[in-house]
Amino acid sequence: MVRTLLIRGMLVGFLAGLLVFGFARVFGEPQVDRAIAFETAMDDARIKADAARGIHDAAEPELVSRPMQASYGLLTGVMVYGTAFGGLFALVFAFANGRLVALGPRAVSGLLGLLGFVAFYLVPNLKYPANPPSVGHPDTIGLRTELYVVMMALSIAAMVAAVMLCRRLAFRYGAWSAATIAAASYIAAVAVAAWALPAIDEVPGDFPAVVLWNFRTDSFGMQLLLWTTLGLGFGVLTGRADADRGRRSMRQISAAWR
Amino acid sequence: MALFQPGGTLDPQEFQMSDTTFHPDGVVTPIPVREILPWLIFGALMLLAIYFVGAEEGATAIVPGMYVHEWVHDSRHLLGFPCH
Ligand SMILES: [Zn+2]
Repeated sequence: MVRTLLIRGMLVGFLAGLLVFGFARVFGEPQVDRAIAFETAMDDARIKADAARGIHDAAEPELVSRPMQASYGLLTGVMVYGTAFGGLFALVFAFANGRLVALGPRAVSGLLGLLGFVAFYLVPNLKYPANPPSVGHPDTIGLRTELYVVMMALSIAAMVAAVMLCRRLAFRYGAWSAATIAAASYIAAVAVAAWALPAIDEVPGDFPAVVLWNFRTDSFGMQLLLWTTLGLGFGVLTGRADADRGRRSMRQISAAWR
Repeated sequence: MALFQPGGTLDPQEFQMSDTTFHPDGVVTPIPVREILPWLIFGALMLLAIYFVGAEEGATAIVPGMYVHEWVHDSRHLLGFPCH
């Protein structure tokens, strides 16, 4: 059962990866190229200035060419990421289905897609947004990665806590009020986290604002596409598989909780 | 609205009567936790795969060199991970 779900999740994740790759090729890559053009211009200016002062900078060796990075490199990264998140999605679904809410598998899948998008991408990226090449300082990569991971971990933990709170409150106040209180708690928790964690602002003053904005909206679009495909795609396949297995009464589910 | 599962206190008839539109697929019996646990090893593998896309040869490194970083470079930026 879990095996079937896991394979299905990875399959949907793989398909989502293909869609995200297409999106990234069309919308994301032009922004990456513009950012790299900015970077190259900055580097050239620095090399020229250094040469004028008698310093000769060693050229950095290029391990992977730009066309390779923008095609097969991008494809590899996005496919691995999509397939891996598809697998994780399936494992969370295996636990959540029939446990968290009294909804069918399709609705559970869709709900997990939405909550996953918010917890894994949207909230952490509101605090530490995606950056195109040449925006981050090489010396701070350790700190930036740590802070990003911490923000993401806090967001996920807050989401898990909010869902459990929602479940608990639903018995007493009903689903709508419980969901409202849980959502407010999640927002309050991540707002405190975002306020407490240090800000990172390393965007060069003359970096083109339009490129930065477009890069970030494209990154947002890629993740929205990924999570929508996971939530709906996994739901379609699972809903179909479960339709044959027949419906179970609320009494059985209640019994499973005792 | 009994959207959330009650601890066996709600009348099942009442739920089915009032909330049919909320669970068109039918609610399923949950998979026992002990059945899910062994599969979490795959969850760890998935996290490792995401680590390789997101942070390998950046903040930390398992494989020496910069080839992995360079190869997945564009996806690392576009997927929202810190890079350069
Ligand atoms: Zn980079």
